[in-house]
Amino acid sequence: MAIQAVTEEKVWHVLDTVKDPEIPVVSVVEMGLIRAVELDDDRVTVTMTPTFSGCPALEVMQREIKTAVSALNIPLPHITINVVLSPPWSTDWITEEARAKLKAFGLSPPPQHGGKLDIIFHDIAPCPRCDGHNTSLKNSFGPTLCRAIYYCHDCQEPFEQFKPL
Amino acid sequence: MDSHIKHALTAQLLAMADDEILLAHRDSEWTGHAPILEEDIALANLAQDELGHASVWYGLLHELTGEDANQLVFFRDASAYCNIQMVELPNGDWAFTLMRQYLFDVAEMMRLTALMESDYRPLADAAAKVRREELYHVRHSSAWIRRLGLGTEESHRRTQKALNTLWPFALQMFVPLPNEAALVANSILPDSAQLQARWLDVVLPFLHQAGLEVPETLTPIATSRQQHSKYLAPLLQEMQEVARQDPGAEW
Ligand SMILES: [Zn+2]
Repeated sequence: MAIQAVTEEKVWHVLDTVKDPEIPVVSVVEMGLIRAVELDDDRVTVTMTPTFSGCPALEVMQREIKTAVSALNIPLPHITINVVLSPPWSTDWITEEARAKLKAFGLSPPPQHGGKLDIIFHDIAPCPRCDGHNTSLKNSFGPTLCRAIYYCHDCQEPFEQFKPL
Repeated sequence: MDSHIKHALTAQLLAMADDEILLAHRDSEWTGHAPILEEDIALANLAQDELGHASVWYGLLHELTGEDANQLVFFRDASAYCNIQMVELPNGDWAFTLMRQYLFDVAEMMRLTALMESDYRPLADAAAKVRREELYHVRHSSAWIRRLGLGTEESHRRTQKALNTLWPFALQMFVPLPNEAALVANSILPDSAQLQARWLDVVLPFLHQAGLEVPETLTPIATSRQQHSKYLAPLLQEMQEVARQDPGAEW
């Protein structure tokens, strides 16, 4: 089987090319959605977790992950994707590089909360344009489940935040 | 798992899933009709979240019994649905929709918090996931109830009226299923009476601060999830219509 030529590192590498369909500037790896990669004799198993439980991008991501892994000459029937809910995905898992990319994309990165999600009640969202904190929440729901809408009083423009979860 | 426990847990998961799927459907009916664009977006998000939560509970059910979520949602008739009547009710006005959402969200929050301690690990894990999302719901619906309750004379009147109508329906959330005791004894589920007490501890002072008067009664509108209102059948007809036209369709 060709799988013997594959290493975990190579799998992680191709997974890093799969983008989050709703935020096409960051990969599923950078988002912390890939929890494990395991290889055995004839199978690659990728364990992933959804952002929000109702995330409509989950199926698309699974399909794209399979396609990406199959590019390593692994036939589709030998690729398994496990979706797990535990531990629950947290925005704290988004890498520093990805936070910078989110900001460049115009999305205020989620504040680190260390599990204390009550942070959402403090509405901490620096403006991705001017870095200012003179902002206020307009809607805790946005165009996708993972975004909230804020307004920057200095730039006098609205912006989106990646919601802390 | 003991077959008696499995049977009881299956019934519980189905009840939770059915409540969420129907609330998701009602919320989704606001799409394109909400009073302002931002709320249109918010309600669509809430609907999508509740749909996600329903799929989590149907997923746990699937692990236990092998039953398929799509089959359960789209091919069961009203008589086989196990939801509470509150989620069947038509949306009414904005105050009614948000009051229902608030009463439901707080109860769900209490239930999820308790379920995180469940000895049935898949349920505890799922509860931990769903609870994070639910925080946003509670924040949104409670902000609206405060705004409406303390707003104009008209918004106050409509919100009070919604509360009066919904209160006995909301109490059905805490009617234990027939075999709940076995699950409580095995630390799989929280006790419904305790949940109700915790829920009252939150909603009573909150509604009072929002200028609203809570009805005196603690008698639920119905004590069985087999009893439905006249609104369920037409809701299902709409929700299931497309799936039933071509049951074998691949999407
Ligand atoms: Zn700014």
